[in-house]
Amino acid sequence: MSYRSHADLGGREDCGRVVREAEGELFHAAWEPSALALNLAMGATGAWNLDMSRAARETLPNYASLRYYEIWIEGLRNLLVECGLVVQDEIAAGRMLHPPRPVPRVLKAADVAATLAKGSPTERPATRPARFAVGERVLTRWREVDHHTRLPGYARGKAGTVEHIRGVHVFADANAQGLGEQPQWLYTVVFDGRELWGETAEARLRVSIDAWEPYLEPAS
Amino acid sequence: MAHDHDDEPHDHSELGEMEARVRALETVLVQKGYVDPGALDVLIDMYQTKIGPRNGARVVAKAWSDPAFRAWLLEDATAAIASLGYSGRQGEHMVALENTETRHNMVVCTLCSCYPWPVLGLPPTWYKSAPYRSRAVKDPRGLLADFGVELAESTEIRVWDSTAEVRYLVVPRRPPGTAQLTEAQLAELVTRDSMIGTGLAKTPGQGT
Repeated sequence: MSYRSHADLGGREDCGRVVREAEGELFHAAWEPSALALNLAMGATGAWNLDMSRAARETLPNYASLRYYEIWIEGLRNLLVECGLVVQDEIAAGRMLHPPRPVPRVLKAADVAATLAKGSPTERPATRPARFAVGERVLTRWREVDHHTRLPGYARGKAGTVEHIRGVHVFADANAQGLGEQPQWLYTVVFDGRELWGETAEARLRVSIDAWEPYLEPAS
Repeated sequence: MAHDHDDEPHDHSELGEMEARVRALETVLVQKGYVDPGALDVLIDMYQTKIGPRNGARVVAKAWSDPAFRAWLLEDATAAIASLGYSGRQGEHMVALENTETRHNMVVCTLCSCYPWPVLGLPPTWYKSAPYRSRAVKDPRGLLADFGVELAESTEIRVWDSTAEVRYLVVPRRPPGTAQLTEAQLAELVTRDSMIGTGLAKTPGQGT
């Protein structure tokens, strides 16, 4: 496996205690608002898609030791360099040294509110019927894959029940690899706590994931 | 402002270095014409003053007060929420989850930090951090205790891991003794944490 995500944390032990935070406490350093805004503005150019940016962040080797907006800045820098929009020497120099490359769009101040309100819906028209029905028992994919995926490790190779059909959505695994949207049916699949964690699982716990059709097989 | 590295002596130089790195990157991106500096200011202002958990609180208060809106919210949350003016980025496909006497819903994103931005704004640091993301799917009852929430043993805990582009909003239970309150007064009882499922709505007269 050459692809490694450091962000798949569900069920991991020894991650420490939660530090609560007041509602209005949004940023913790003066650079954090800029880190957020730069990511959103560059995302809006269309130079890459959301799944590519998630892949860029989760593969940072030092992911676990970075603060959240540090992850966003490191991921952004890698994407900029990979896409050829920025060259390493410019990052070091802190100024433009090479001519810009074209980007599909530039987000203007006057368009921010409308762009945010519109968002980027991922639902696509269905071209074939859903393979699974609500109430059907399914088994999630057991094997690991060598690319970005949204099937968490704790839910691999587990038996669950289709609870909702969410429509046909852009398939993150394909989109992150630049293979196009390849839309797939998306299901909410619910698991009993004991299926995920064994007999010591908390009583009366059920956990669901949203799973694209290729993650699932019928449980026979 | 508190964060979990406050007591480290090298903190200031680290922050100074990040500050310089982010400024340098911003300069390059603006000079290359990829980023409109005015758009950066508007983006920051939107999430500091317009898009935050008070939006979600209004949705919940309306669902508590208006049975037709509650039914619409549970049937088609994206449309019902959009009717109040909240839509778009990271809330394109909304689902509302109603807490009941027998079921408590809690939302997490174990893989990154997916969160319903139009109704809750930017996620709190803990929501994006390893302790919450690792424990929410395995030990939600222990996690709730850290948040000062204790549920009856008989209550089912239902955890929703946001692994795709569906975004979840918890509708907490309406507290007792609120029959006479207006929608605006009800909205004040709805905390951010209660809409993630790590808290309960406040009762009238309770502090923050």
